[in-house]
Amino acid sequence: MSEVASEVIREMKREFKVVGKSVPRRDGIGHVTGKTVYVDDISFPGMLHLKMVRSPIHHGIIRNVDFSEAEKVPGFVRVLTHRDVPKNIYTILCLIGVGPDEEPVLAVDRVLYKGEPIAAIVAETEEAAMEAVSRVKLDLEELPAVFDVEEALKPDAPILKPWGTNYFIYEGHHCRRVRFGDVEKGFAQADYIIEEVYNTSPIEHAPTETTACVAKPEPDGRYTVYTNTQALFFTMDNTALILQVPFSKLHFVGGTVGGGFGGKVDVITEPIATLAAMKTGRPVKFKYTREEEMRVSSTRSAWRMYFKDGVMKDGRIIARKVISYADSGAYNRHTPYAVTKHAANIAGPYTIPNVYIDAYCVYTNRQPASAMRGFGVTPASFAVECQMDKIAETIGMDPWEIRFINAYRNGDMRPHQKVVEDATLIEVMKAAAELVGHKLPEHLLKMHSWDREKA
Amino acid sequence: MAKLRGTGIAAVNYPTGMNLGGDPSQALIHATTTGTFVISLSSTDLGQGLKTVIAQIGAETLGVPFENVLIDTADTDTGPHCMGTFASRATHRVGNAVIMAAKEARKAMLEVAAEELEVSPDDLDTDGKGNIFVKGSPERKIDITSLALAAHFKYGRTISGRGMYIKPKSPVDPETGKMDPDSTEAHACVVAEVEVDTETGEVTVISLKSAYEVGRQVNPALVHGQIVGGAFMGMSHALYETTAPYYPSPDHAPGSFSEYIIPGPHELPHIESVVLEYPSVNGPYGVKGVGEMTANAPIPAIVNAVSNAIGVRLTEYPITPEKILRALEKSPKVKQLAENRS
Repeated sequence: MSEVASEVIREMKREFKVVGKSVPRRDGIGHVTGKTVYVDDISFPGMLHLKMVRSPIHHGIIRNVDFSEAEKVPGFVRVLTHRDVPKNIYTILCLIGVGPDEEPVLAVDRVLYKGEPIAAIVAETEEAAMEAVSRVKLDLEELPAVFDVEEALKPDAPILKPWGTNYFIYEGHHCRRVRFGDVEKGFAQADYIIEEVYNTSPIEHAPTETTACVAKPEPDGRYTVYTNTQALFFTMDNTALILQVPFSKLHFVGGTVGGGFGGKVDVITEPIATLAAMKTGRPVKFKYTREEEMRVSSTRSAWRMYFKDGVMKDGRIIARKVISYADSGAYNRHTPYAVTKHAANIAGPYTIPNVYIDAYCVYTNRQPASAMRGFGVTPASFAVECQMDKIAETIGMDPWEIRFINAYRNGDMRPHQKVVEDATLIEVMKAAAELVGHKLPEHLLKMHSWDREKA
Repeated sequence: MAKLRGTGIAAVNYPTGMNLGGDPSQALIHATTTGTFVISLSSTDLGQGLKTVIAQIGAETLGVPFENVLIDTADTDTGPHCMGTFASRATHRVGNAVIMAAKEARKAMLEVAAEELEVSPDDLDTDGKGNIFVKGSPERKIDITSLALAAHFKYGRTISGRGMYIKPKSPVDPETGKMDPDSTEAHACVVAEVEVDTETGEVTVISLKSAYEVGRQVNPALVHGQIVGGAFMGMSHALYETTAPYYPSPDHAPGSFSEYIIPGPHELPHIESVVLEYPSVNGPYGVKGVGEMTANAPIPAIVNAVSNAIGVRLTEYPITPEKILRALEKSPKVKQLAENRS
C-alpha cells in the first residue's frame, strides 16, 4: 500500500467529538416555521421603493426617455439615470483583475438585452413605483439582434462590444485554450472517431427568496445595506467602487439567504438602492419580482459543445477535441471565469493523453448569464457523460466498463497539467454499482484510484 | 402506446474552491466572560447549514461543547472578510480559517488553565464536555466558565484567536491552459431509472441512486440534505427548467412558476445514497465539498436513462415532453412497437 493510501486510512479512522455528528441545524426551526428574518421582512419608517424602467426590446438605440407622465404619479419621489451613477460602467470581476469594464448600471444610449435597466424610479410605495415605471415613454430605435452563439461569431453579426468582437479575449486569444499532447496524432492512431454536439439551455436559479436589499442612511453619514448577497464584502466593495464613495461609508449586513445557487453573486440591487438612499436621504428597498428574477436576472449560460474523440477498440480514449461556446448573454458578469473552469473540466474525470480544447465566452442579445451552481462544470459533466455512453454504444462496450477503463487515477496528469491527487471515481462507481445490485466483472472490482494495476 | 423503461449512469468529479484560487476567508474567535466562544465571520448561509457545520468545526478544535460556540455572521463592521459562499468553497475555506483561529484561542485557554491548575499547558487536555483536565489525572480539572471568568477578571488575559485561509491565486498559461483550478476534487456516481410515456413524452424518474465521495462529512444529515436537494434540482434541470424553451430563440420566456416548470413533491423519485469518506489533504478535518455537485450528475444520468429507454441518443437538456416526442419519431424501438400492434 502506498504512503498516501495509508495516510488516508489513518485519517479516516480518526475520532471526533462533534465533527461527523448530525447535530440539528440551528436555524432549521426558524426556516420551517417562517420565523427567520429575510431581507423582504426588513422595513423602516419612511422607506421608499425602487423599480426599474426596462428595455422592451433585445437590442436598440435609446433616442429619448420621457419621465413627464411618470412624475405625475402620486407617490413618485425621483428618477435616477446613468448621469446619477458616479462610475456607471463596471465589471464585477475587476476585484480579481478581470476586465475591462463593460456593463452599465443604467443604460446610457444603447440597450443590449430585453429587460436591461434604463432608469430607476423611487416612490413612496411599490405600487406607485410600478405605476410610474409604466408611464415612462421610451423612444427606442430597434437594431438587429443575435441570439445564437455561432451566429454571433459570424462576420456579419451585429457587434455588441466596444472592443469590436462578440467574444471575450483571453490574454490575446479568442477563447480559453487547453493543449495537451498531440490530438491529431491521437485521431490518426484511433480505431474509432466518435463525434457529437451537445446543447444546454439557459436556466434560472429559482430561489425561494428573490434578489433584494434595503439601503438605509444612518445618522453618522454612513449607509447600512441589508442584503441577501452570497458574498458580502464582494458586493460592498463593488458598490463602493460604482458609487465612488470611501469603503468605510458602507456597512453591509446579511448572512441569511433564501436560496442562492449562484444567482446572488452579481452586484445588481445594492449599488442603485444605495444611490437612491443617498439621493433621497431615506431608506430604499429594491426587491426583484418573480418575473424579474426569471426574465431579467442572470441565468446559467447555455452551452454548445462539439466533441470529437479518438477511441481504441479496447475502450481507451486516446484523443479528445472539444470546441465549446458559452452564451454569456449581453455582458460578462461571471461567465469569462466560468469558461476557464469549464476548460479545466470538459475532458472529464478521465485520463486522456491528447486533448485540445477551445472554449469561447460569446456575447448575444440575451439577459446576461452568470454564476450558477456547477459554474461551467455542469454542462461539461453532462456532455462528457452522454459522450461516454455514446462511445460505449459505438464500440459495443458496457457503459460501466468504459468509465472504469478511462477513469483518472492518482498520479495521472490532467489536460491542464495538474497531477491528480485525490481521485475516487473508481471507488464511487464501485459503491454505486453495489447499491443498485449491478454485478461488476472481477477485473473492474480489482481497480482502485491509488495505483494502476500492473499490465 | 407504451411505457418504456431505461437506466442510465453518470460518474463525475467536482472541484472545490474558487477557480484558480485567490479567494480568502477569515475568522476571529473570542471567549466571553462565561466561556461562550463567539466565531465572527462575514460568511453567508444559503440554507445549506454553514452556520451549523462551522460551529461544529470550531467546537472540535477548541475542545469545547458545540453549545458553547456561537456563530456571529455576517456584518462587515464586525466580521472579517470572506470571499463569499459559492464554488463549493465555504466549508473548506471558512472551516480552515476557523481551525487556525480556534488553535490560537485553545492555546490561550490552556495557558490560563495551566496557571489555575499549576501545571504546564502541555499536560492539559479538553474533554469536549466543558472541562480542561490534567492528562492522566482527570479529577484535576477546571470548567470552562470558571476558566473564562479567571481569564477576564483575575489574569486579564484574552482567550481569542485569528484565522485565515487562502489558496494563492494561480495564473493560466494562455497557450496551453496549464492551471491549478481546484483545491481538491469530490466524486459521485449516479444511477437513474426512468419510465417514458410514448404517448405524452413525459418522463417519470423512478429512482436516483448514488454514491458520493466528499471527503470528511462534518454533518452527515446536512450532506444527505444536499444530496436529496441536488438530486431533485438536477432532475428538474434535466427534464423541465429553462428560461428559453426554444433556445436559441428568446420567445416564450417564462415569467412565473406557472410557466417555469419545477416538479412538485409528488414527483420526487426514490432517492438513495451512500457516502464514502476519503479525507482530503487540505480541507478542514479532510473536508472536500458537496455544495454544487449534487445537482450535476443526475442530469446526464437521467438523459442517458431516457436515451436507453427510447433507443434514441439525446444530446441536449432539458428533455421536455415535446423534445422526447420528436425523438420518438426516430426511435426504432417505438417503430417496432407500432409494427407489432398493426
